[in-house]
Amino acid sequence: MATSPPTTERRSLKGSTRERRGDPIFRAILMVAASSVLLILAAMIIRTSIEAWPVFAKEGIWGFLTGRQWSVGTSRSEVTGTYGALPFIYGTLLISFIAIVFAVPLAIGIALFTNELAPSWLKRPLTYTVDTLAMVPSVVYAFVGMYFFRIEVWAPVGQFIAGTPAGEVPFLSGPVLLSSYWSAANILAIMILPIITAICRDVFAQVPADEKNAAYAMGATRWEVMSKIIVPHSFSGIVGATMLGLGRALGETLAVAVLIGSTRDMTSSVFQPGDAMTALIANTFQDAHPEAIWALLAIGVTLFFITMAVNITARLIVARVNTRVSGGAVA
Amino acid sequence: MRFITRRATAAIAALALVAVACGGDDTAGDPLAQDDAGDDAEASAEDDAEEDDADEVGELDDDSVGVAADRADLLGAGATFITPVMLEWIRDNEPGISVNYQSIGSGGGIAQFLEESVDFGSTERYLTEEEVEDALEIRGCEALHIPDAFGGVVPAYNNPDVEAALEAAGQDALIVSGDVIAGMYFGDITSWDDPALQELNPDVELPGGDLIPVHRSDGSGTTYIFVTYLSSVNQRWADEVGAGSEVDWPAGIGGNGNEGVSAEVSQQPGAVGYLSIAYAIENDIAMMAVINDDGNAVFPTVQSVSEGPASIIDTIPDDFRYDITGVGGDGFPIVGTHWILAWECGYDDEIASSLIDFLTWVIEDGDDLAIDLLYSPTVGDFKDRVLEQIQRINSVEPAS
Repeated sequence: MATSPPTTERRSLKGSTRERRGDPIFRAILMVAASSVLLILAAMIIRTSIEAWPVFAKEGIWGFLTGRQWSVGTSRSEVTGTYGALPFIYGTLLISFIAIVFAVPLAIGIALFTNELAPSWLKRPLTYTVDTLAMVPSVVYAFVGMYFFRIEVWAPVGQFIAGTPAGEVPFLSGPVLLSSYWSAANILAIMILPIITAICRDVFAQVPADEKNAAYAMGATRWEVMSKIIVPHSFSGIVGATMLGLGRALGETLAVAVLIGSTRDMTSSVFQPGDAMTALIANTFQDAHPEAIWALLAIGVTLFFITMAVNITARLIVARVNTRVSGGAVA
Repeated sequence: MRFITRRATAAIAALALVAVACGGDDTAGDPLAQDDAGDDAEASAEDDAEEDDADEVGELDDDSVGVAADRADLLGAGATFITPVMLEWIRDNEPGISVNYQSIGSGGGIAQFLEESVDFGSTERYLTEEEVEDALEIRGCEALHIPDAFGGVVPAYNNPDVEAALEAAGQDALIVSGDVIAGMYFGDITSWDDPALQELNPDVELPGGDLIPVHRSDGSGTTYIFVTYLSSVNQRWADEVGAGSEVDWPAGIGGNGNEGVSAEVSQQPGAVGYLSIAYAIENDIAMMAVINDDGNAVFPTVQSVSEGPASIIDTIPDDFRYDITGVGGDGFPIVGTHWILAWECGYDDEIASSLIDFLTWVIEDGDDLAIDLLYSPTVGDFKDRVLEQIQRINSVEPAS
């Protein structure tokens, strides 16, 4: 489908005048479509940054990012409260990171199983199930997490972990509460699982059959083929999938707001409640005074830049690894 | 390819047309018609929707009921707390005025009121000094506070062992004081057999166990009432935390909305939370009796919540911007007010008379509906003062 030179040549040969006129118009439409993305993005960043500026100006950007106190004021025209976003930034990063740690290996496992091991009668149902999981609205995840998972699964598992010697580490120490970083991280892991799995499945399927067959011919076991051929070959795809998952985890709002417990202390244990950036915005904007709304927008701007940083890092990783891996593969 | 391109262009053009048409519709018609229909589950919902959809046609019906023709539909926005009874008032009001009420929270209600995009605002906190000054500037006259109902906020808890101990001791409810509640939310009282609790309940053999405070994670009038009370009875709370619809909680877990707090309280063993009284009673959640200013331990009921405001009626200022503190007698001490915000000037005559008629009806005849839904209505002398306040709507010319 790509516009390769032969195609244009053939088209120009038998094209009518009308088509030649239609071509630039179509191109213009596509250009508008493409640039609209940039415009929307620019408008959003500029607009929110302007609205949030008084808060950054008062706290200082560094002060805003590292401040640990969040006490809203009631003014309509100036910033009177104290706005430090660190507890929320920490919470967002922590739960997203834990979610990735849980979800990525699981997703790779599911994808490898469906592609390589599953008998054909199981392949399709498995694929459909994962895809369906991706379509469940987050409010449903939120409620299932709130009324079932955290009570029946996560808290008991947390209790168990806190009871083992690992529980001596402050990060994993009890008491285990129902609303906690732990619960929020677990629901996120479930929510980002489908998208990571689906992408992994697709990139694994792209691995040339020749390479796999060659490995099998050399006497490689299935494990060796999967771990030495398929996964390294798909590394950039896996990173891409992880980043998409991370993006969703960073931005997920409702399920996190319901499960994280909304406490502005940065408690050291994952089994204690905390707060996240999206959760704070969703929870408090409705009843906020104007200056608190600016502060929430400042959080939004911060989240945007964090997401962007994640994206750029991912691209750098992919670029570096690609040169190394393809170099190695060729050699 | 060629045909697809042309078709796509046509499709885009068509879409654009549709979009323009829809956009026009949205601004011209009232998007709130859906809200009404959605919220009133009963049969009358259809009537409401029809009325909203076809205003001109609907007027005929209303006229035949014998109401003055100089009326207009009202648009209001604000507190979610009042929404259930507000919808009943709107449905049953005898002047037959149709009101669109957007339940968007007190903060949003105040913002929309000051932007003059609604006819009346609705809020659980009175305007700040700055907002009052802005209001004068915006419209050239006062923004009136009109109290229409009171709501109690009750401490609720989840500890079956405590309930069993209470039963064994023959005591109806766990008794707490403002200082003890503050202690719980400071994170100082962390166990159910804390000496401070034991002292107030000497006959009860309190079991141990972790005590976990739960607060609202969203900004809320319920929080405002609760922390205003704590600030009034506990100096340390006033100094370190203060009052507001959203505060920097020293301890505890947050839950979103009454539902979130109630879910947290009912699922987390040993939890203590605060809930709007209507919500707690409807969901049959264990509540605590609170010691008021006169030293009486009062259990929250619709009546005891109404007593509170009555006991301080003489101290309520003329502008109706007040907190209810220092409740004594038989009054339940944690109680707040819901206000309607309206302007003293600048309404069209039809809107002003509709607004006055509607609010007058609410204050004079809306009590039963409010009590049915566990809201405490205005009483006695206070009612008369509120009715006078309503008459001030649109009573002056805007200062230029």
